[in-house]
Amino acid sequence: MTVEHTQHPGAAAPPRRHGRRRIPFFLFLPAGLGLAFLVLPLVALLLRTPWGELTQHLAEPAILAALRLSLLTASLATVCCILLGVPLAWLLARVEFPGRRLARALITVPLVLPPVVGGVALLLLFGRRGLIGSWLDETFGFTLPFTTAGVVVAEAFVAMPFLVIAVEGALRGADTRYEEAAATLGAGRWTTFRRVTLPLVAPGIAAGAVLCWARALGEFGATITFAGNFPGRTQTMPLAVYLALETDLEAAIVLSLILLVVSVTILASLRDRWISSP
Amino acid sequence: MGSTGIRAALTALALAAAMTATACGGGQTPAPATSGGVSGDVTVFAAASLTEAFTKIGKDFEAANPGTKVTFNFAGSSALATQITQGAPADVFAAASPATMKTVVDAGDAAGTPVVFVKNQLVIAVPKGNPKGITTLENLSKPDLKVALCAEQVPCGAAAKKALDTAGVKVTPVTLEQDVKAALSKVKLGEVDAALVYRTDAKAAAADVDGIEFPESATAINDYPVVALKDAPNKAGAEAFLAYLQSEPAKAVLTAAGFQSP
Repeated sequence: MTVEHTQHPGAAAPPRRHGRRRIPFFLFLPAGLGLAFLVLPLVALLLRTPWGELTQHLAEPAILAALRLSLLTASLATVCCILLGVPLAWLLARVEFPGRRLARALITVPLVLPPVVGGVALLLLFGRRGLIGSWLDETFGFTLPFTTAGVVVAEAFVAMPFLVIAVEGALRGADTRYEEAAATLGAGRWTTFRRVTLPLVAPGIAAGAVLCWARALGEFGATITFAGNFPGRTQTMPLAVYLALETDLEAAIVLSLILLVVSVTILASLRDRWISSP
Repeated sequence: MGSTGIRAALTALALAAAMTATACGGGQTPAPATSGGVSGDVTVFAAASLTEAFTKIGKDFEAANPGTKVTFNFAGSSALATQITQGAPADVFAAASPATMKTVVDAGDAAGTPVVFVKNQLVIAVPKGNPKGITTLENLSKPDLKVALCAEQVPCGAAAKKALDTAGVKVTPVTLEQDVKAALSKVKLGEVDAALVYRTDAKAAAADVDGIEFPESATAINDYPVVALKDAPNKAGAEAFLAYLQSEPAKAVLTAAGFQSP
């Protein structure tokens, strides 16, 4: 899942006769180690998996409910992130405004913040006694914590920076001359954004959305802190896995594997469709 | 690492006889180990609910045994049990439930038989001043009340279920928290009106919450077993810490934290 920058069309790299075809072999060792580092823990997990129990757990209504909730909330969170995150990325990449560097630094806060603290922060904002939450409660009698909407909020909070950073990178890599040309030819700002800018950075948006969805799907800390844990309503797969771990390691492994297989399958099928990768 | 290990092993050998004698014959009042033979790091894996009491006891132990340093790993008992059975280097394991201790014993990681050193029971934690006027367990079944319980998989949740079942009270919680501290923090933040937590946790958070005792909690008392571990890097230190836990100063700290004697 790499952030692929759009190539500058027309700006062909000057031919470099030496060093272009020759592969630097010394990169193979760290690259191989890197791959092993990411894959071996998964192998260890697979080796401990009680495969016989897999189908048995898949048939449990509680697991299916958690899986369904996970997929639903992660997808909704991704939609929210795209709707808010793409314009935000555009703002950061294309508009000069005072405090832009600060804003850029601030959007990475949810990445640095331990998710549990993020959950507490959300409670302090949207909770029953929170800054906005107390007003919501008094005016509409509506509270976000302990609801499915709360899960979406927690996941979107943690996952949005991934999308913003990916899309901003794509926007900065994109050639602005196309937008200028569109403007010269009489296209309005909205048309330029919709017909020129968005298609240019589409691969960046897709890559960002995939990262965002994957992060939302695996979200644990902010979700359990902000939305709590109640089967069918706020208990997503990572929460179910954590609680299974309390009593039954094997069951926890099986549950994680189900989540893993489902998410990898979805990502792989999306990748073929949306992300043109060589 | 290696030389420390060897030194610890030698110390352990030298002290093994003395310690065994203390453990077997000491009974109720073995004196805190101040023989000077104990040294080095003692690593204690302890249930999260022991955080406040054990931190204090650790400091007292270091003062009574110069040259020792007690390092704690506080977490949920089940997480600690998993770490131990997966080979984490610990000297002592103190669990919040016999069930989690059993997984360590069954895996063959315990040296000797676990001893129950304290008991803990549930109280109803409510925000300071008890704004909803909760006095009994039955009150928790009011429909307009938001209640947090621990998930059944963790000791405080199992105890809560037992107490509620015994009382015949049906509570619909808004959340099943992953540990007792998480349930308590929901009360502290005002997100729920009440939670079932241990008396010790309510006591530690006395600035923000009130703990309401209820008679049915007597049916769901949690035993805290402690044991030295088989692969303890500092066996002498482990035994000395266990002996110190049974001493009067340590018991006073545990009682002050809200624990009961076994």
